[in-house]
Amino acid sequence: MAILIDQKKKVLIQGITGREGRARTRLMLDYGTKVIGGVTPGHGGEEVFGLPVYDTVKEAVEAHGTIDVSVLFVPGPFVRDAAIEAIENGIKLLVIIPDRVPIHDTLTIVALARRKGASFIGPNTLGVISPHRAVLGMIGGRIETAREWFRPGDIGVISRSGGMTTSLSYYLTRAGLGQSTAVHIGGDAVVGETIPEIALRFEADPQTRLMVIFGEIGTTQEENLAQAIRAGKITKPIVAYIGGRGAKAGTRFSHAGAIIEGGRGGYESKVAALRSAGVHVAQTITELVETARRIHGMEVGNNQG
Amino acid sequence: MARLYEYQGKAILARYGIKIPRGKVIDTRNELVDLLGEIGLPVVLKGQLWITGRKEKGAIRFADTQGEAEAALSDLLQMTIGKFRIEKVLVEERIDVERECFAGIVIDDEKKSPVLIFSPEGGSGVEAKGGVSRVIDPLKGLARYEVVELIKSAGITGRSLTSLSGLIHKLYSIMREYDARAIEVNPIALTKRGDAIALDCHITIDDYAVYRHPDLGIEVAREFDRPPTELERIAYKVEAKDYRGTFYFFQIVDQIPADGRHIGFHGAGGGGSMFSMDALVKEGYQIANFCDTSGNPPASKVYRAAKIILSQPNIAGYFASGSGVASQEQIQSARGLVKAFLEEGLEIPAVIRLGGNMEEEAIRILKESLSGIPAEVEGYGKDDPPEFCAQRLKALIRPGLFHKIRPFSLPEPFPYGFETFSGILSINHDLCRNCDHKGCIESCRYGILKLEDGVPVLALDPELVKKGRCIECLACEQFCHFKGKKAIRIILPIPGLSEYRERLIDGNTD
Ligand code: SF4
Ligand code: SF4
Repeated sequence: MAILIDQKKKVLIQGITGREGRARTRLMLDYGTKVIGGVTPGHGGEEVFGLPVYDTVKEAVEAHGTIDVSVLFVPGPFVRDAAIEAIENGIKLLVIIPDRVPIHDTLTIVALARRKGASFIGPNTLGVISPHRAVLGMIGGRIETAREWFRPGDIGVISRSGGMTTSLSYYLTRAGLGQSTAVHIGGDAVVGETIPEIALRFEADPQTRLMVIFGEIGTTQEENLAQAIRAGKITKPIVAYIGGRGAKAGTRFSHAGAIIEGGRGGYESKVAALRSAGVHVAQTITELVETARRIHGMEVGNNQG
Repeated sequence: MARLYEYQGKAILARYGIKIPRGKVIDTRNELVDLLGEIGLPVVLKGQLWITGRKEKGAIRFADTQGEAEAALSDLLQMTIGKFRIEKVLVEERIDVERECFAGIVIDDEKKSPVLIFSPEGGSGVEAKGGVSRVIDPLKGLARYEVVELIKSAGITGRSLTSLSGLIHKLYSIMREYDARAIEVNPIALTKRGDAIALDCHITIDDYAVYRHPDLGIEVAREFDRPPTELERIAYKVEAKDYRGTFYFFQIVDQIPADGRHIGFHGAGGGGSMFSMDALVKEGYQIANFCDTSGNPPASKVYRAAKIILSQPNIAGYFASGSGVASQEQIQSARGLVKAFLEEGLEIPAVIRLGGNMEEEAIRILKESLSGIPAEVEGYGKDDPPEFCAQRLKALIRPGLFHKIRPFSLPEPFPYGFETFSGILSINHDLCRNCDHKGCIESCRYGILKLEDGVPVLALDPELVKKGRCIECLACEQFCHFKGKKAIRIILPIPGLSEYRERLIDGNTD
């Protein structure tokens, strides 16, 4: 098992004929993702790597039956319409890759997804990878590096930073710790699934034994994770790193979400909340990986003994 | 600069029919005299700044006579709070306030919705006494009755219930029309007659939606707690015209002291940058600036970023580090840095952590190309953690050695040339004739150059090349610099930078 994506789920690519869409479709296919086709209005009837292109999501659904996931590569200003189209046509999971999606567009997508029982990752995400099974988005870069940097295992990785999703997974792989799934939730202030929501998915996933999290200043995600742990909803061990210790209030550090506003979302309060809930908060990445290895060892030991 | 000044916000409120005090934003005595003739006395004079707590800081004055008003205006126009001078003053009639309330709509990341907040006693935020709030469903919008329900639950009744709910109801329409991240009216005055008047107004516009609102004239669409510095404006212009990858820059320390503790920082990717900065801070350093070039930027963009970072005098070291396992081509970063460091004749030490895609080649490029400059430059890859790299920088930093600003002027292009996406690639064919290998042609992975009459020329349609076929990777220029006759010059303008540096050198930037 893994979360969000595996080799059996049927995946659609919205914006498949664009430069990014095309390049990343190649990566996804090579890695084993079951991409069934794509959508670009005006390009219906064309093919990309032998996959059919449709003008509408509706046509894709008519041709292929239920589609599990749609990955969006359309430019930021067009994301809202494309996401609504996917949700209205019954797709339950969206991965919204582009950045610069206006925040009110994201809010609209959130509201519609709630109504239709759908969920989404992003916007502004590198994507999701379940090592050696399937990848959504552009995580891993090229096929060779994707295979080298991510290995299957029992660590669930959650990150608010795209680069750190890869780096953390790589450092874990190097330490002999494979990943069940690694999720880049996206760097915006409002995202479809937050850290605690992904953590709940990992909690329910039998393959995942330990979670490793890269959090950041800004938003209330880490605080809410701590709350979910204290409420007993999350029981698996968690090791975390919070970026932005040196940041000052009111200034955004390139992720739109990484801003301390109105006294909320500061480094100290996040670390305190997580520690009091029993999360191991590391001071450096090296320490993070070391701690993960130690706890993983204990977990495996416990379960065997 | 996605914040609006009070007077801009109020103009928007007025367009929606919300009552604001009569008045005008001015910056001269003559305008004041004219205005007083129109609105009479007494008045309030409000310095236009983004900071909160303007009253306590003396940026808001009351005047009962024309003399007082004139004195207050001239006071305010000479006032500096923090680093920022008051440039404009909003002068308004005084309102007889019976009672003050607060209303605002913010976006709550936890609820993933806009949330309307009202407090009957003034004072901002839900924490305020008697404060109430309500989540807004973006698909339904905000209905007037919902506002009535909410503020009634906070004790508002009678004529005030009508006037206040009318005002607050409009705030959500404004928020949506202007793609606001937040809109706050604090305070709203209730008059004896029960009218609701907006006495102050804060609106922040979503950076990602600024393109939908050219009318707002937002110059740098970024959330700062202050207006952008001149160097930030220069950086923003680079980014605005070049969508290839991200370039984000701001200054953390403005007047950098020569204390050997300040580092020019060049990150890649938000999270990786953050933990790289954390590593520097842990070693006792201060970050002079934040900079992020990521999302697969070409070498030309990394070059411009480096030139801007190196326009900060007195930094003691240069630290470039991202997530460590980047999927973007690290040779682009290496080449961009090489061009900048060579041009600058860099003296301060630099530690460059270039982990990820093509890192071995990137580190090799740094090593081979920078052996001739005074600075010590070390390159590292994904297996070297940022803490280690920060320690390396510490070991290299020399007491008393600080970055000095050199004049920056664009070199003249060579006679032969063509336009690239953001610059000019020029070649001196006279030198090429004595070059026996013509290796520049091979060095371009994108087939831009071909040999004609024994010299390299453009191989493709100039229009295509200008549109981005030549990705400005700088490989040909650097190849020729080290292995050929230094016959290629790629000229990459950075508007405003040379003037900026000149002023720094003359010592008159404010
Ligand atoms: S390598 Fe340099 S000198 Fe030689 S042909 Fe090319 S541009 Fe001319
Ligand atoms: S001509 Fe080729 S090698 Fe030279 S900058 Fe352009 S793409 Fe790079």
